[in-house]
Amino acid sequence: MLCAILLAAIIAGLLNGAVGIAFAQLLFKENLPIFYLRLMRILTAGVAGAGLAVCGIALQAILRNPLAEPYLLGSSSGAGLFAVIAIITGISTIYLPFIAFIGALLATILVYNLARQNNKVSEQSLVLSGVMVSVALSAVIIFLISTSNNETLHGITWWLWGNLQVYDVKLLSVVSAIVICGSAIIYIFSQDLNAISIGEEEAIHLGIDIESVKKILILVTALITAGIVSICGIIGFVGLMIPHMARLVVGPNHKILVPAAALGAAIFMIFCDILSRVIFAPIEIPIGVITAILGVPAFIFLLKRGQSR
Amino acid sequence: MENLLAITALSGGYHNNTIIKDISLEIKRGDFLGICGPNGSGKTTLLRLMSRVMAPQKGNILLLGQDIASMRLKEFCRKTAFVSQDATINFAFTVFEVALMGRIPHLKRLQFETERDFDIAENALKVTDALNLKEKRIDELSSGERQRVAIAKALTQEPILLLLDEPTSHLDIGHQIQVLDLLRKLNRQSNLTIVTVLHDLNLAGEYCNRVILVNEGKIFKQGCPEEVLTYQNIESVYKTAVVVNKNPVSGKPYVVLVPADTLCPRN
Repeated sequence: MLCAILLAAIIAGLLNGAVGIAFAQLLFKENLPIFYLRLMRILTAGVAGAGLAVCGIALQAILRNPLAEPYLLGSSSGAGLFAVIAIITGISTIYLPFIAFIGALLATILVYNLARQNNKVSEQSLVLSGVMVSVALSAVIIFLISTSNNETLHGITWWLWGNLQVYDVKLLSVVSAIVICGSAIIYIFSQDLNAISIGEEEAIHLGIDIESVKKILILVTALITAGIVSICGIIGFVGLMIPHMARLVVGPNHKILVPAAALGAAIFMIFCDILSRVIFAPIEIPIGVITAILGVPAFIFLLKRGQSR
Repeated sequence: MENLLAITALSGGYHNNTIIKDISLEIKRGDFLGICGPNGSGKTTLLRLMSRVMAPQKGNILLLGQDIASMRLKEFCRKTAFVSQDATINFAFTVFEVALMGRIPHLKRLQFETERDFDIAENALKVTDALNLKEKRIDELSSGERQRVAIAKALTQEPILLLLDEPTSHLDIGHQIQVLDLLRKLNRQSNLTIVTVLHDLNLAGEYCNRVILVNEGKIFKQGCPEEVLTYQNIESVYKTAVVVNKNPVSGKPYVVLVPADTLCPRN
């Protein structure tokens, strides 16, 4: 059923936009560029949504923290900092996604190593060092922006609320490949995630080597998040709330939860993207604003329904 | 009877702090062994070493002649199951889903449970008298119910050795007896070997065929309850005065506490 909705969302996404064009006309030659751009956006939205939701699920289980989200381990601020530095030093914007990707990865590696003690990482120290690194890097970002008079830096604000406009097919396909492979790996670990979510020691008693599972999954989520951040900036809410919403609907079993949340998040993002393009056309509203405005009431509804049951 | 578990010259602890000091112990198949001792004596550490949550600093533990440290973790967990003190679970799994997790050591990655796995989990819930909770959410159970589900999950692993860390500490007396009666039934009917940390000396005396008294990381005394739970042993380990009587019904040792100020009244 989710697949059918996803298909409907994709078609709706293709049909709606700043300029109204009938579907048949979209396939005409002169309109092909529009069709193409819309398709790119839809794919970006779907891939970003699915990737963020799957990462959110994995991190919430590993850290056993309901507030865990993909950006918790420093990737957003790392990507932001590297992007700002790249702009200031005048590196070509073509390399920006790549540099941001490196920044996101490095920040996560830093967070992981700060949290490590005796070759083990406890969930509390991961959360704490994630918050610390994010705060520190954000401070450097703000410092750089406020002391630099580089005009192009104003463009960095799109990072803060997300942007789905990707022009480069190659870039999108690389990130899509990372998201798809990463999500598949996380799905392979769904049994381990089930066990870890009932307790770290419980998982050991069920034969799960939690330290290596944690290591692998933190690396995978870091790669996925870095990929998404590097092309879309920071899209809040999806990675935090979609996992909770999916859990309220299908339950906490990761074998079902992971695919359900991935599809659900893709659908949600595509609809949010349509709204962001259509409501105040031709002005686009940042996607992060829409996800928050739509998602919070939906989440509250599900939460209340779950409580009254 | 053959040795199920042989512990030789075992030392272990955290970082530089050695808590268990040179313990050797043999556990026979079909034993119901109680580990008793004061707070901080190393009971739980000993259990954690046995369950592979901690690696020993020195010595080794052989399970059916094989060093547990060299076994694959999943293989070890097919033979040994663990029930922790009181596992609160925040995720809204159903009771059946939790019980079914006991099959994880038997499954390959991505392998879905078969009909047989469902049957084993269901049977474990039946044995622990928790089948009526099957569809309930684990985070909505009382602690007595949760403990029964935890034991069901352990039984779903189909272990030959069951380790428990104070399984009765959060339960009222009715539920304490319920859990221990269940363990005794499993021990006798299925010849399941049970090793449990118990704070309550009376429960240990009542249910265990062997008791070890741990003090300062060493085994102070081991043997049948009548040999171990004497007032001399208990007083020197716990530093408190007790009287040991016999349970009038079962004839097992029964420890009565004596408050210090009643020992030498002022007047």
